[in-house]
Amino acid sequence: MNVLLDNFPAFRDGFIGTVSITAVSSLIALVLGVVVAGFRVSPVPPLRYFGTAWVTLMRNTPLTLLFLIFFFVVPEILFPGMSPFVLGSLALGFYTSSFVCEAVRSGINTVPLGQAEAARSVGMTFAQTLKIVVLPQATRTVIPPLSSIFIALTKNSAIAGAFSNTELFGWQKLMSDKGYDIVPVFIWVALGYLVVTFTISGLFRLLERRMEVAR
Amino acid sequence: MSASVLYDSPGPKAVVRNRIYAVVGSLAIAALIVVSLMRLADKGHLAPEMWDIFNYSGIRQNIADAVVATLKAFGLAAIGSLVLGVLLAVGRLSDHQPIRWAATAFIELFRSLPLLITIYAIWVGFLTDYSMWALAAGLSIYNGCVQAEVLRAGVNSVPKGQSEAAYALGMSKTQVMTTVLMPQAVRSMLPTIISQLVVTLKDTSLGFIILYPELLQTARLIASNTQVNGIYPYVSTTIVVGTIYIAMCLLLSALATWIEKRGRRAKTGIKVAPGVQTPSIPMVGAVPDSGGGGAGGAGPTADGAAGAGVSKD
Repeated sequence: MNVLLDNFPAFRDGFIGTVSITAVSSLIALVLGVVVAGFRVSPVPPLRYFGTAWVTLMRNTPLTLLFLIFFFVVPEILFPGMSPFVLGSLALGFYTSSFVCEAVRSGINTVPLGQAEAARSVGMTFAQTLKIVVLPQATRTVIPPLSSIFIALTKNSAIAGAFSNTELFGWQKLMSDKGYDIVPVFIWVALGYLVVTFTISGLFRLLERRMEVAR
Repeated sequence: MSASVLYDSPGPKAVVRNRIYAVVGSLAIAALIVVSLMRLADKGHLAPEMWDIFNYSGIRQNIADAVVATLKAFGLAAIGSLVLGVLLAVGRLSDHQPIRWAATAFIELFRSLPLLITIYAIWVGFLTDYSMWALAAGLSIYNGCVQAEVLRAGVNSVPKGQSEAAYALGMSKTQVMTTVLMPQAVRSMLPTIISQLVVTLKDTSLGFIILYPELLQTARLIASNTQVNGIYPYVSTTIVVGTIYIAMCLLLSALATWIEKRGRRAKTGIKVAPGVQTPSIPMVGAVPDSGGGGAGGAGPTADGAAGAGVSKD
């Protein structure tokens, strides 16, 4: 009990940090994932190869290694001095985008063939077919896997805490360095994460129910 | 499959347009790579001395030790997670309500917590001096919960008649689970189990944070201790270590796909078996040919049937 009350401002900052890094990186992951999924089904071979390479690379790299690359290699290529928040959310977003891409691609596969064929026979281009006909219908099947992907993203954001970001894992580390007993600290941090993950799964369940009407 | 449905087979205009897109797209990607390489070269990260450090036997030994340490933690975690997974899955399917509740609560709690939090708490709270065991324990708990859910799905997907038949033969609950349900569940879920093992292998890199000297931690130590030309060789070490990680993960996932394919082949193999007898009757003399002839004889007939089906449609 004491550990929370004595250090409440730090805990609050950590909680807000977790929520904001999750929000920013899930936005990056969503946009990038849909774009790369579009690349992977596109009629232009180099873009397809790029998409496949992107997914294979990102999915088989440990996230910690990706963080290391973003904190030590990327500043050398781009301008140095980016904040750990930007670097962390970029690393998380890039990593998760490969999972989003695979979910979206499998969603595209579940849309009945007749839909795309009909769109083509009305004379739509590839971009129009994807944007107007296929992707809106794929959304419905993509939502359940996306929910678990974003929950995994929230859990992965703990690694950002080890790379000098203000968030809940950072708070746990700070408290145990200060000499507090680890068990209550663990329980409070666990509660913080449970709140975020339950909110995400609740939001997605709401979204799912909203989408169900269209069927 | 879906790709070909999404766009028409290109006509002359579309071919030209696609070619333009292809050239522009590959140029853009190539430009991105070239610019990053030039920036890295400007800062001296691509100098030969940077890569020469991997010729030192000390650093090679360090990397080899680190790979062994990573594999050690992975092996312990794999065994631990599979054992815990089986126990939790059986607990969750138990007939006794308290056991079921306890297993469900354990699974739901540790599955929804970040792995890093668990590992760190175990390390600080219980196993401060044994970072390898802390890492292995944390990985086992988290992945055990995931494997338990996978196994439970596998057990539930076994047709109900299987367990009913086993009970009708007079088997006990334990016998039904160990000799009838679990083997079938493991067989049908093997690809998923192995892909979760790939995740476990990737997550051993979290040992980095609890200072376990695995591959990533060693890479960081190498990079921050050897100064070449006045800069630290972070770029070269991350590229080398990243390649090792990706190679290990791809090997494991290749194993998963191989097992998946093998499982699929076994089913068709049962049907083909009687066809082997036929060629031995007409040609007795050609012994080495008979095997090939049998396979060839089975092939065309199957193809012919499939072809007929297609043409009828």
